[in-house]
Amino acid sequence: MNRIEQVFANGKAFIPFITAGDPNLEITEQLVLELAAAGADLIELGIPFSDPIAEGPIIQEADIRALASGTTTDKIFDMVKRIREKSDVPLAFMTYMNPVFTYGTERFMKNCQEAGINAIIVPDVPFEEKEELAPYCKKYGITLISMIAPTSNDRIQMIAREAEGFIYVVSSMGVTGVRKEINTDVGKMVRLVKEVKDIPCAIGFGISSPEQAREMAGHADGVIVGSAIIKIIAEHGEDCIPHVVKFVRSIKEAIS
Amino acid sequence: MGKGRFGIHGGQYVPETLMNAVNELEEAYEHFKNDPEFVAELDDLFKKYAGRPSLLYYAEKMTKDLGGAKIYLKREDLNHTGSHKINNVLGQVLLAKRMGKTRVIAETGAGQHGVATATAAALLGLECEIFMGKEDTERQALNVYRMELLGAKVHAVTSGTQTLKDAVNETMREWSKRVDDTLYVLGSVMGPHPFPTIVRDFQSVIGREVKEQILELEGRLPDAILACVGGGSNAMGSFYEFIDDKDVRLIGCEAAGHGVDTDKTAATMATGTLGIFHGMKSYFCQDEYGQIAPVYSISAGLDYPGVGPEHAYLKDIGRAEYVPVTDDEAVEAFEYLSRIEGIIPAIESSHAVAYAKKLAPAMSPDQIIVVTLSGRGDKDVAAIARYRGVQIYE
Repeated sequence: MNRIEQVFANGKAFIPFITAGDPNLEITEQLVLELAAAGADLIELGIPFSDPIAEGPIIQEADIRALASGTTTDKIFDMVKRIREKSDVPLAFMTYMNPVFTYGTERFMKNCQEAGINAIIVPDVPFEEKEELAPYCKKYGITLISMIAPTSNDRIQMIAREAEGFIYVVSSMGVTGVRKEINTDVGKMVRLVKEVKDIPCAIGFGISSPEQAREMAGHADGVIVGSAIIKIIAEHGEDCIPHVVKFVRSIKEAIS
Repeated sequence: MGKGRFGIHGGQYVPETLMNAVNELEEAYEHFKNDPEFVAELDDLFKKYAGRPSLLYYAEKMTKDLGGAKIYLKREDLNHTGSHKINNVLGQVLLAKRMGKTRVIAETGAGQHGVATATAAALLGLECEIFMGKEDTERQALNVYRMELLGAKVHAVTSGTQTLKDAVNETMREWSKRVDDTLYVLGSVMGPHPFPTIVRDFQSVIGREVKEQILELEGRLPDAILACVGGGSNAMGSFYEFIDDKDVRLIGCEAAGHGVDTDKTAATMATGTLGIFHGMKSYFCQDEYGQIAPVYSISAGLDYPGVGPEHAYLKDIGRAEYVPVTDDEAVEAFEYLSRIEGIIPAIESSHAVAYAKKLAPAMSPDQIIVVTLSGRGDKDVAAIARYRGVQIYE
């Protein structure tokens, strides 16, 4: 079993997202270890990008804070290496195509392997363009995560057939952010996936409370929570760790 | 590799949420571009509403003053709404209507594309919302009011650098929230496939008319065609018809701002590197980690950190040349054309005029240059006055 398969081996998976370098990389490093201790099954680490088109204002601002604190892709790789000395929690990068491409896609994936990154999520690379990443991911053993959206319809099964690791089910139209209600029939999206492939599905976009997390976990194999955590980081800055831990514990309990 | 490639450039790098929307647009466009009724209706709008064909004007005084090649100006500034942007929006908004959409959204930099989109939406009866960087809403306050007058809702974008690239980001985000009834009317030959192709096709009327007009006036093709390039729609529209005419030099004039050796520049071809952003692979101004650079030009319409993928391809294969023109040179050309021909060009178009001033004297009097005047300069008068130290506000 590889690290990504492990994620879903112990009941419903809880996948928190944080932006690397928000408010700075020292805090991010501590946060990752604390999130792992609080029961995170996989941690999504955002590599900040100047123009994150799939993000709502909360994560956009986290990216701005992270870049302003001097965060670079190389410094993030160094941080991941330090984390790996202390923890084997599964880690996924989430970023946009340009930071990967400009760094050099092959060099990027090679560094991911060396640092101990297990998977990558790149929202602006759809199924049709995945050759941009897939050959390098394969070569260096990085799982390339596929996304499906409420508008995917007849594309879901095409995407699912070639998916690996798990499928990121985008719960709502639009961008990331906290939402009061999620009205998409996510259960149906998950059923369409499972008809063609036995692969775990994790739901993300908009999940902001333990109740929502519990409801969404009922439809899938895991939940992804980003903006709700970033909001706490934004509010408390360098003192965010206990507040974040308290919140993620409540999510983890709700879905266990 | 995905669809919509120009060499290695182009493609469809958009979130999954938008994939069915761009596929739907591609399908609709492939259908309607061959639909005689659609083609006839667009042609009718071009003639009876936009005022096409636009003039190809012989700038005799300018020609004599520069003492070299004969200079013709393609007068897109005379179109309804004052720029070439109307060509594309009439096409796209008509397409939106045929697709059964009831709402269009668009980004705008200087406001020209926003005004044009609001105009076409008013005419064809669609709801319209425009996204404009907050800084640009202040630089171009008059255009904001103009769009509102035309019935559009204008959103001031406060994210990022608050200019054109951020307006594009926000329009893409808005489209991903609401695709069922809404079409994104993209303003330039950029973004994910099929936009670069659709916008080029609708703008290619410029080059087709130039060819017909110059053959009638001179009995031969021009030696060079000049146009300004931000995203590159008026340039692509001017060049496209001439790509196979290898003896015609195609020259794109990009905004160098304070100069290509400073960080106050928007000259993507001169200073950019290959990247993947705003749905396309192309050249971008960016740092070593792929963070998109804040760019600068006096011209809000050229203040964009990327360039359309077909231009990137034309550069790669050496078919088109791209030259940087500074703020100073553009402003000087703005004033020059106003005085010598009585034509006030848009500050964007002034970049092409500036390069014509350099190029023409080095050519012989039996050679011909066509300069596309993409828009009129009324919108820029206050900004140029301020550039010269005269405190005029709109």
